[in-house]
Amino acid sequence: MIRPASEAELAEAVRAAHGPISVRGGGTRGPLPAGEALTTSGLTGITLHDPAALTLVARAGTPVEEIEAALAEANQRLAFEPMDHRGLLGTTGTPTIGGVVAANVSGPRRMQVGAARDHLLGLRFVDGEGTIVKNGGRVMKNVTGYDLARLVAGSRGALGVITEVALKVLPGTETCANLVARGLDDAAAVRAMSAALGTPFEVSGAAHDPHAEGGPRTVLRIEGFAPSVAYRCKALAERLAPHGDWEIETDREAVLAEWRGIRDVAPFHGEQGDVWRVSVRPSQAADLVARAGAKRAFYDWGGGLIWLLTAEGDDLRAKLGRYDGHATLLRATPETHAKLHTLQPEPLALQALTRGLRETFDPRGILAA
Amino acid sequence: MQMPSPDAKIMAKKAQVVQRLTEVLGARGVIHDPAETRAYECDALTAYRCPPLCVVLPATTEEVSAALRVCHEENVPVVPRGSGTSLAGGALPTADSVILGVSRMNRVLEIDTDDRIIRVQTGRTNLSVTGAVEELGFFYAPDPSSQLACAIAGNIAMNSGGAHCLKYGVTTNNLLGVTMVQMDGTVIEIGGAHMDAGGLDLLGVICGSEGQLGVVTEATLRILPKPEGALPVMMGYDSAEAAGACVADIIKAGVLPVAIEYMDRPCIRACEAFAKAGYPDCEALLIVEVEGSADEISYQLDTILKIARDHDPVEIRAAQDSDEAARIWLGRKSAFGAMGQINDYMCLDGTIPVSALPEVLKRIGELSDQYGLGVANVFHAGDGNMHPLILFDANKEGDLEKCEEMGADILRLCVEVGGCLTGEHGVGVEKRDLMSVQFAREDLEAQMKVKDVFDPKWLLNPAKVFPLDVSEGRRA
Repeated sequence: MIRPASEAELAEAVRAAHGPISVRGGGTRGPLPAGEALTTSGLTGITLHDPAALTLVARAGTPVEEIEAALAEANQRLAFEPMDHRGLLGTTGTPTIGGVVAANVSGPRRMQVGAARDHLLGLRFVDGEGTIVKNGGRVMKNVTGYDLARLVAGSRGALGVITEVALKVLPGTETCANLVARGLDDAAAVRAMSAALGTPFEVSGAAHDPHAEGGPRTVLRIEGFAPSVAYRCKALAERLAPHGDWEIETDREAVLAEWRGIRDVAPFHGEQGDVWRVSVRPSQAADLVARAGAKRAFYDWGGGLIWLLTAEGDDLRAKLGRYDGHATLLRATPETHAKLHTLQPEPLALQALTRGLRETFDPRGILAA
Repeated sequence: MQMPSPDAKIMAKKAQVVQRLTEVLGARGVIHDPAETRAYECDALTAYRCPPLCVVLPATTEEVSAALRVCHEENVPVVPRGSGTSLAGGALPTADSVILGVSRMNRVLEIDTDDRIIRVQTGRTNLSVTGAVEELGFFYAPDPSSQLACAIAGNIAMNSGGAHCLKYGVTTNNLLGVTMVQMDGTVIEIGGAHMDAGGLDLLGVICGSEGQLGVVTEATLRILPKPEGALPVMMGYDSAEAAGACVADIIKAGVLPVAIEYMDRPCIRACEAFAKAGYPDCEALLIVEVEGSADEISYQLDTILKIARDHDPVEIRAAQDSDEAARIWLGRKSAFGAMGQINDYMCLDGTIPVSALPEVLKRIGELSDQYGLGVANVFHAGDGNMHPLILFDANKEGDLEKCEEMGADILRLCVEVGGCLTGEHGVGVEKRDLMSVQFAREDLEAQMKVKDVFDPKWLLNPAKVFPLDVSEGRRA
């Protein structure tokens, strides 16, 4: 395993590589591509935290928990609440901030505040030729030159190895509460969540578990200053009365635990089968789930994100047909990954652009992704 | 500022190019009479002008595709244009280029409040996107000051921001999908009404690429429910340090205002003379706006006012109703007009880390003395996006050049303290030759490689963003 201790060493290692290299952060996101292993775990440390500017800069291998702890001390947080894949994928290791950005890993609050890529202010990376490139910066507004930072974020290492990221952080929340409705069918739950997200009450989480213990459970999260949370919970429950009976839950620990579970797809932990992550427009979500014929389904992002547990080897994309969105195979055997492809195949014109970008940033084709 | 000399071969075949474009667009879609092309000789950066070879105004994505295919075959550069409000010269033509304007494409294609999206043709103006969903209780968040006139096409090209991006983000955070025509006429769909990319985040790099990767003809935008209410509070301070510390403490306290605006004394005085908003005569004025229900607003304002008082303000005024709110905003919103009344000015757009504010203001003051040109500062303090206005006399020989030199020094200063050349206006031609201050050659090379992939012939807006000597050899 190559474990560079600095960006310069990492660049040198990429330049010196002859065959494919398999880049990893904490190794928590399941099977890694074949090739010589290269880890960013030697590049650690928060290099800047400026609370008044809502900015944090850290080296790629810095554990997410270290960043969250440092932010918590200043009553700040990563607002996109990155998912921890370990429970769902049965992996060990420690999630790193570089891995989070490289895979654009976001949690339930994504629909309100944006994804990991939306909080990215800039980054440094080493391309497939071993050239060190910086893009963006550490300030909130920056349109100087092309936005390569967003292109590299979410590229899963295909365009380069991220060595440092600058992120926008947000204030922590004083209080949180849940509004819960029981027994809604999927279509009714999505309609209720859409209605909630169309109010000015700043719902920061909207999820629906059709198979929850005791029957379907639809849950909406409200966060902020205590008087504001109380006001919005009450106003929202009244507004949503046509969509069901809503109970307000205010036990902070219970609310936090439930959203950690939603973030990490806890309902699927330990269940047999393949796991798919499907991004859709919410109004089509319930129909798509009906079409999928999955063993279990679970809705986040107000219906904009569907988690599906299917029989092993099931070709979900064939069942879903054409729709506005895409499906990622997150958990399956290597054979199924190879047969069905991890990422949604793109139309030909986009494939050409993707191929062109990969070839230009990695002409030797050594960045396995 | 240099532009490449026009290609004589292209100039010589103007009639042929015009004829081929007319064949695919009809006579109505092509403007080639020099008396009429003159209307497209510049954008809002009026210091630089050059009429284009001709102008095309397609009405559909198919027509954009057909026009681009002709230009691609004829090897003619194309300069895409939204409403022509760029302050950076993003839509400045060269004499051998075709201006492709999207102004005829301004329809709303779909509104879905359940999915919280609107799909529009990109010639539509920013404010009219909000206009289309306002009665349904929604709005489109990015709000550049030119929002009455500027087009979504230009907003996407420049990744435009606005006063409210501390809370709502800029264009890239509110853009879900596009229909884009590549230079060779290929039409591609990226994203849609769903969130995030399934593969590479192409949308992310297209947004902010200044019309160099393709022509975006349709866009799916995120719309948000309108807040219940919003009110500003105004506070005056006797030093930039006190105002800067106040901003820092507000943010550190966990309050996230939707806007924090800052004006310095020259700007306050000009606005006061112009708009009579009742601003105190002080060194620094802050306007902080919060949103929510009446109770939520007063709770947040109480927190902010408590912090504000700790920094020894000259004056504090919290709006109690929408009339008082309008009066507080009046001066700020007329800042650019007010300055224009008393002087010619150049508006800069660098961003700095908020914590560097007092130091940067001090050094801008020193530069002002050194060059003998006045500066008024008005900017978005929450996100560090500065808008220093350098005052000069356009009729005085050498003043514009002096002003540009001083502007470059201020932008170098922004980069030096950890910021950037442009926060929301874009590079265009205006900041093109300063790109090497912020980026190493490898950084620019990586960006140009993306253009190589999308536009191998470098025909789309080729003389922008990258210093000419850096893009030499790539441009035709």
